[in-house]
Amino acid sequence: MTTPITFGKVRSIHIRPAVNSDLLGLIALDEEVTGLAKRKYWKETFARYGARRRLPRFFLVAEHRGRIEGFIIGEVRAWEFGEPPCGWIFAVQVRPKTRLKGIGTQLFKTLGDAFRRAGVEKVRTMMARDNHLVLSFFRSQGMMAGPFIELEAALD
Amino acid sequence: MKLQKASSFALYAVLELAGNPANQLSGTEIADKYGISAHHLAKVLRDLGRAGIVEAARGVGGGYRLAANAKRLTLLDVIQIFEPIGPQGAAEDDPELATDAGCALRMVLDELDDHALATFRSITISTMLKLMARRPWAGSPRYAKPSRKAASRR
Repeated sequence: MTTPITFGKVRSIHIRPAVNSDLLGLIALDEEVTGLAKRKYWKETFARYGARRRLPRFFLVAEHRGRIEGFIIGEVRAWEFGEPPCGWIFAVQVRPKTRLKGIGTQLFKTLGDAFRRAGVEKVRTMMARDNHLVLSFFRSQGMMAGPFIELEAALD
Repeated sequence: MKLQKASSFALYAVLELAGNPANQLSGTEIADKYGISAHHLAKVLRDLGRAGIVEAARGVGGGYRLAANAKRLTLLDVIQIFEPIGPQGAAEDDPELATDAGCALRMVLDELDDHALATFRSITISTMLKLMARRPWAGSPRYAKPSRKAASRR
């Protein structure tokens, strides 16, 4: 249990597509959160989802006073099982010190707008059920369990 | 899935207090709104007070207010005061574990419990208030209001 805290909103946050010059900031932010420096991974991710892609892929960053405070990555996926294409979010991150100030919400809303413009009506994601932090974030954005159940099996 | 009465009453009270942060509400006011036993709710509110989730104001016009942070307080925080949630683990001498069928059944039940645990843990009181404001169930026959007679049996 925690005591009440007053949460302020971060104003003048700029949500925009990631550009090449954001890469170092993104790598640093991810390292701050995960403790791992994944330069190759971020270079490849940026190449696939970064700016000027023709495919409906979106890599958005939240910039505040010249610093990257968060990002979200998603794409429109042709969903199997007879469902129409949907927006799919597969990464979201906000700098720990600036969390609970609305940055994640702004990223989520901006990506939702981009998905809507791309012609889809639903957004989906998937994560480990013990990832309480991110699960709570998506719940707070109004996401609920969808019509699918994720299943897996060990390949003998 | 059904929650025990005490858990449901506690959640009604917490949501009511979180939705009215400027006001203190009495147990009777909350009980009247939900058509539940004021006596039972009083006991639930005492348990919530002991857990630091609500606090009582004394004096004329006294009532309860939320002491916890609605953005941090989860459904699980409230429910597990009143009942266990999630896989409970079988006792060593549980006959269920003595057979393959029993173990397989336990595994399936644990899967359901794991999902319930993750769901309750991921939804905060603040998220519940947003859900209540959105009312995505509006028009769904599954969530149609019960008749007065059925409601009065609670």
